[in-house]
Amino acid sequence: MTTTNAAPAAAPGEQARVLTLRVNGIEQRGIAGPGTTLLEFLREELGLTGSKRGCDLGECGCCSVLVDGRPMLSCLLLAADVAGSEITTIEGIARGETLHPLQQAMVDEGAIQCGFCTPAMVINGVDLFNRTASPSRDEIKACVSATVCRCTGYNRIEQAFVTTAERLSGKGGAR
Amino acid sequence: MSSLNIVGRPVPQIDSRDKVLGRARFTDDIRLHHPLEVAILRSPHASARIVAVDTSRAAALPGVRGIVTGADFRHTFGVLVISKDEPAIARERVRYIGEPVAAVAAETADLAAAALALIEIRYEVTDTCLDPRAGLKPVAEPLHPGLGRDNNLHKQVDQHYGDVGAGLAAAPVVVEKRFTFAPVTHAFTEPHATQVAVDGRGNLTVYSATQVPHYLHMAMAEVLEIPEHRIRIIKPHLGGGFGGKSDPFPHEMIAAKLALVTGRNVRVNFSREEVFISNHGRHPTTMTMKLGYDPQQGVTAIDADIVIDGGAYGSFGVVTTYYNGILLQGPYRLDNLHFRTRRVYTNKPMCGAMRGHGGVNARFAAEVLLDMALVQAGVDPCQGRIDMIHRPNTLLSGGFRITSVGLKGGLEEAMRRSGWRDKYGRLPYGKGVGVACGFYISGSAAHIHRNNRPSSTVRLTLEFDGTVTVYSGAADIGQGIDTILAMMAAEVLGIGLDQVKVVVADTQLTPVDLGSYSSRVTFMAGNAARNAAISMRRLLVAAACRLLELPEPAWEKPEPPGDFFRQGRRRPDYSSDYLGPNPDYDSDGFRLANGQVTQVASGRSVPFLEAVRRALDEPGILQTFGTYRSPKLGGTFKGAAAGLSPSYSFTAFIVEVTVDPETGFVKVDRATCAHDCGTVLNPLAVQGQIEGCIHMGLGQALMEEVVHYDGVVQNASFLEYKIPSAFEQPEVVLVPTPSDETEGPFGAKEGGEGPLAPIIPAIANAIYDAVGVRLTEVPMRPDRVLAALRKAGAA
Repeated sequence: MTTTNAAPAAAPGEQARVLTLRVNGIEQRGIAGPGTTLLEFLREELGLTGSKRGCDLGECGCCSVLVDGRPMLSCLLLAADVAGSEITTIEGIARGETLHPLQQAMVDEGAIQCGFCTPAMVINGVDLFNRTASPSRDEIKACVSATVCRCTGYNRIEQAFVTTAERLSGKGGAR
Repeated sequence: MSSLNIVGRPVPQIDSRDKVLGRARFTDDIRLHHPLEVAILRSPHASARIVAVDTSRAAALPGVRGIVTGADFRHTFGVLVISKDEPAIARERVRYIGEPVAAVAAETADLAAAALALIEIRYEVTDTCLDPRAGLKPVAEPLHPGLGRDNNLHKQVDQHYGDVGAGLAAAPVVVEKRFTFAPVTHAFTEPHATQVAVDGRGNLTVYSATQVPHYLHMAMAEVLEIPEHRIRIIKPHLGGGFGGKSDPFPHEMIAAKLALVTGRNVRVNFSREEVFISNHGRHPTTMTMKLGYDPQQGVTAIDADIVIDGGAYGSFGVVTTYYNGILLQGPYRLDNLHFRTRRVYTNKPMCGAMRGHGGVNARFAAEVLLDMALVQAGVDPCQGRIDMIHRPNTLLSGGFRITSVGLKGGLEEAMRRSGWRDKYGRLPYGKGVGVACGFYISGSAAHIHRNNRPSSTVRLTLEFDGTVTVYSGAADIGQGIDTILAMMAAEVLGIGLDQVKVVVADTQLTPVDLGSYSSRVTFMAGNAARNAAISMRRLLVAAACRLLELPEPAWEKPEPPGDFFRQGRRRPDYSSDYLGPNPDYDSDGFRLANGQVTQVASGRSVPFLEAVRRALDEPGILQTFGTYRSPKLGGTFKGAAAGLSPSYSFTAFIVEVTVDPETGFVKVDRATCAHDCGTVLNPLAVQGQIEGCIHMGLGQALMEEVVHYDGVVQNASFLEYKIPSAFEQPEVVLVPTPSDETEGPFGAKEGGEGPLAPIIPAIANAIYDAVGVRLTEVPMRPDRVLAALRKAGAA
């Protein structure tokens, strides 16, 4: 049997145009085609590489960003579709050098190994803590499960969430 | 030795802040000047001859800058010197679906993809070999005819220690079963990625997501046929490896070649599907194992016949072939062992090293059989195991030198903490507890490339501001070796972690470390860093002595230890640069702490910074070196070097499960782990490694399986290849398991791989305690649990 790999050539160079998105509090411009995802736009056009490309299929969660305050998978969103929305990436979470309490707890609790899922864990966690200061264990597990982590077994990450809740409520604080 | 300042404290990884801020740069986060995008055309056939390759239409596409095919590479490569059998791009034939057959570099990713569609390759499809059993019989066309065989056998190892026949004959209890293990894969979150920068002199800077920068360096020079000095390998932050990035890879060769031929920077980044279809996961395995047990003596013999499915190429497979058998020598006394392992080439993605490499599947079989034997003999499964654990400082019949063993106390403590005696055999139907143990190497004593070099080398420089910089080729893959290196220097020099910088994994700047595999870096690079710091400490003490007008202490080389070897055994051969295991570096009467260098006896001191300047002012530059070299170990027979390690970790797990007899669903509720990694250098890191091992072991035990059909990976995505989530991860209880290790840095051993293997049989044994069935097929999916229950019910 003989087979060949012949297939029609795709038409490269789709119509691209300048797109302005509000990212981390400021208007930022880049070039986007009709098929450019938000993740591509953030990483390739704006150089915001904190959002990670782990699968491009909405399965690993590593590309999570906040869109109008809600966590979304930026690999499944078209950049052009979120014009007018407020986008927050991991680069926009800390206030200057002051980490978000969850970021600090992730560091303190050893919740970070390779760090590839870390930005998305933080993004989803920030959303959780915006909704409740004292999430239940199941709420934490559900939140953490939005992102694939292969290093930690999730135990230390969950602990970071618990510690964050304790610190936010004024309990604990000391390890 | 005086008390420790940093070692033993919970230290967050030194780069955690970068990671949590999204600033840590992984390979694909690096921004080169106008890189070309690389796309790889992959074989749609599992087995075919390549009859013709026509790239002319693709080359004519505007924006396409370079195309490479198999004709552009003369040399094959492989991580092991003994099986360099993989081409960067398939040349005359393809051996698995997804094998690279051509690659394009173009101005945009869309253009590169469009160009791939214009490449015409004519194949002549040939017979596939997908079943390793079939591959052991004569085949019309072996995958690798160069081996001169009429079948697809890659490697056979057949080893005897002691007298297995006599051991089995004398055993009151003999158990035997056949086990099968599905392929599983690393499933790291960061896809493979490589970027290559080329300068005007044709020098390449290769940024790659690799666990083995040094091996990549050597392989790339050979494959590209350019000298090593023209290649600089840099490993940026790396998003998980687990063994899956521990080979040199075709895409790395392809990217570098395209950079050379185009004179442009290039970038390649895998899709998740590409990661799955070219994964180097754990070998699918079938094994028949027989185990003899005598309550008075313990395990009297093990006889194992093992077939592992290697896939298309060698990778680490020869090592896997050995490890499947030789790692049965622990953690229990075993004088009579025979195993035969055969690795067979098949038309599937190659299998290689994965966390717990080679020791995981055979460990399952041994621990399940041992459990059966203990139950038959009426011996408590925990106590029976405790009675057989290797004693410290023994030499095994296969030549392994066992140094420290803390497992006995650890398992006893795990029994107490888990409530074993109240639970084993006493929980209601559907609930059960199970135990299993394991051991693992702390780095391979033998080099892949035979030479007399150290395993790890570190350079340490002193700066005028009183800080130091550690230069090491070790590859941090998330396990935290960068932090360990900094801890070693800080501890020895009595300074803070913020006074230590690390420059790592850059073949231009850092001395050689062999890489992050075989659980070696903390042990070996840690020792090297520690030794470099000890030498630096001596320079500083000498400078302080000059300032204080004191005589320099006389530093003597310690005598190599050896008295713990049994009479008549040969001693290890310590080389001349051996500083001794954990030299007692502050026995010189000085203390470096709190910014002072102090002579303890007199109380006289100088500020640390003054000693630094005194040491540095005259030479203007100061550096020290540290090395780690394993003692020479083992016998001289063929294969004697496999599995030799300067020390071994030991692990025990007690797990509690709930089995739903209606659905067959197994939930692991609690895992109590005793892991002997010697001194716990960094509790946060060790805890993270053990919990990560539990996650990965749990996945292999209950759900993970790369499904192949007709050579196609059927579940090449995270949606279809299920790994445990936070909901499946059990509560974890870690119990202290101290041991008196002399060889590791500050007495440390490995903690990143050993804990993976025993959790899987511990789950199987707990299922038996819960519902009375023995599962021999892994993963222990609900349908298999149900089938076993039905079979047991029918019997």
